[in-house]
Amino acid sequence: MTVSTEYEGASRPEAGGETSPEKLLAPVLSAFWDQPESWTLETYRRHEGYEGARKALAMAPDDVIAYVKDAGLRGRGGAGFPTGMKWQFIPQGDGKPHYLVVNADESEPGTCKDIPLLFANPHSLIEGIVIACHAIRSSHAFIYLRGETVPVLRRLHEAVREAYAAGYLGKDALGPGLDLELTVHAGAGAYICGEETALLDSLEGRRGQPRLRPPFPAVAGLYACPTVVNNVESIASVPAIMNRGKEWFRSMGSEKSPGFTLYSLSGHVANPGQYEAPLGITLRQLLDMSGGMRPGHRLKFWTPGGSSTPMFTDEHLDVALDYEGVGAAGSMLGTKALQCFDETTCVVRAVTRWTEFYAHESCGKCTPCREGTYWLVQLLRDIEAGKGRMTDLDKLNDIADNINGKSFCALGDGAASPIFSSLKYFRAEYEQHITGKGCPFDPAKSTAWADKHLEVNA
Amino acid sequence: MTDVSLGMPQLPAPDYPADVRARLEADAKEVIARYPGSRSALLPLLHLVQSEEGHVTRTGIRFCAEMLDLTTAEVTAVSTFYTMYRRKPSGDYQVGVCTNTLCAVMGGDAIFDELKEHLGVGNNETTADGKVTLEHIECNAACDYAPVVMVNWEFFDNQTPDSAKQLVDDLRAGRPVAPTRGAPLCTYKDTARILAGFPDQREGAVEATGGAGHASLVGLRLARGEELPGGTDHVVAPRDGDRRTDEAAPAGAPVAPAGAPGEAPPTHPSSHDAPRDTSASDPHHPSGPAAEEGE
Repeated sequence: MTVSTEYEGASRPEAGGETSPEKLLAPVLSAFWDQPESWTLETYRRHEGYEGARKALAMAPDDVIAYVKDAGLRGRGGAGFPTGMKWQFIPQGDGKPHYLVVNADESEPGTCKDIPLLFANPHSLIEGIVIACHAIRSSHAFIYLRGETVPVLRRLHEAVREAYAAGYLGKDALGPGLDLELTVHAGAGAYICGEETALLDSLEGRRGQPRLRPPFPAVAGLYACPTVVNNVESIASVPAIMNRGKEWFRSMGSEKSPGFTLYSLSGHVANPGQYEAPLGITLRQLLDMSGGMRPGHRLKFWTPGGSSTPMFTDEHLDVALDYEGVGAAGSMLGTKALQCFDETTCVVRAVTRWTEFYAHESCGKCTPCREGTYWLVQLLRDIEAGKGRMTDLDKLNDIADNINGKSFCALGDGAASPIFSSLKYFRAEYEQHITGKGCPFDPAKSTAWADKHLEVNA
Repeated sequence: MTDVSLGMPQLPAPDYPADVRARLEADAKEVIARYPGSRSALLPLLHLVQSEEGHVTRTGIRFCAEMLDLTTAEVTAVSTFYTMYRRKPSGDYQVGVCTNTLCAVMGGDAIFDELKEHLGVGNNETTADGKVTLEHIECNAACDYAPVVMVNWEFFDNQTPDSAKQLVDDLRAGRPVAPTRGAPLCTYKDTARILAGFPDQREGAVEATGGAGHASLVGLRLARGEELPGGTDHVVAPRDGDRRTDEAAPAGAPVAPAGAPGEAPPTHPSSHDAPRDTSASDPHHPSGPAAEEGE
């Protein structure tokens, strides 16, 4: 069935209540990415940059924490933990240094929001860092940026230099006698370092392996001192909250999932890219406004928040993309990385490749994940190559069940998600690989240039 | 296992020449000063020694150990954990093709296969002229620009097999190559220096390729009332309420396969992803000769 959507005028509600993109989208962080030299301090200041910090620094630290908590901002890195509550867990008056560590190790397959954000608007993160360090009484913050994105590292280096020169960082940055140092730290290629305690070990110069909790980082984090670890987008969202008010923030999204966020549309869609919108928008709304799937194809499966979140099918087009809505539908909002695959894509191939990724990135610390991901890969490769048996499907489920919830950190849970969900929705396709002794799909038809080729030959 | 050699252990790695050592020491002290705990400087220092020699050598490991008061074993343990530290001499240009699921499906697998054939090298191998090291990489946070190729960790977005072959030909011929997002290419060693925390000093490097790329801006353009390319003949599944009247297959059933069942692909589809050598299995590894695994 074809749904053709033409937008005439500002608002044309349809059966499901769709309105125009102008009404459905809410660019805040991305509001001036198209301005000349959007990454500079000058451009940022022209768009009310560092106004939120000015207001926050005039408030008592505890009041800032309470304000962010009241705003209802939840972590944008995947777990959705309330940001203000994380800050509140930092013990005060304990005599130890406090640290803020920004997790910019964006590596979850499908996730591509923090990297474009930092490339186009790095000062929003730096301003958020100033506010957060004031709130948790920290004088040293770190940005742990994944190393494989040198263009972003360049702009972060420059933005930090500008912020020091302008006095937002450095001596007395947070008030008389209250200095703030900010260190940009480039990682070296390890997905596991996106896990907050592995990130801390890595930042301490060790192999990036997760730590046992408790103690939680808020009590014993970096150098065993109280530490807040927040995602880039979470921290970068704070300045707008401080500047425009918690009521404004709460006017978007829902009671439990308020605010705006970046949705990253990718895959077989007509217009992949970043769509900043209030929480709770649906994939149908995003596809309707953006030109849908590529012409002539239909959605087969998609992830709501990266490969570690159980996949959805076209049954789930109307799931509200907020923490509760996606959770109730059996997945997780995750990083809002909406990877969309059409009917040309082999789900067994997709899951095999993700599983190879988890096996490659498993840090080796705990047995269920290290051994389990290895065996999942062996089984999946056999099935994909037409050498599998029917009993392998139950074995896959069983191994995934032995990883899920039984591994040291969430990497293992993430590895199990595509297995469980693909077997739930596409078991028949696995069986087809086994009975048909191979993959029934032609990978050439899934490529970005597949249909262009057809047009040329037509 | 009786023919195990119990001879002299390998001698410590040679040091850098005095002038190199003095220069690197000054850099290393600057890096270490950025952290409350010195060991935090280890990852940047490994990037730094890589900027000197193009890969992490035994000499580089010794240097890091001495600067941070660690053992070479401790440094080796860290350097082998992270994929960005190269373990052998490699090319000036590291060409990484994303073959994680989304890019692979969108054409990354085809690009990687064609580049292997075109260059005559396998995964993590270098062309004979020492210019290009080819490898497949994991998701690089640019899925809205798939398929993606990285050269020295600059973004080359929306690639095709032809554009990727042109790219490596240009790199090998020394013709200037511009990323879609990022600065004009420098060598891998220069890139490693930026990663060590020393900002790129080249004129125009920060500004290069302008603001956000086209995909990063689509939502903003829509919100401003602009039209996106692509037309309106798109296909989106019916709402739940309409599903009963829809002729489509019931939820959960696979759609009709595109190819004929039973046609196995000619090669194993994922066989390029063999595990990397461990130090125990790699006699050339900077940690030096090690005991056989399992002894």
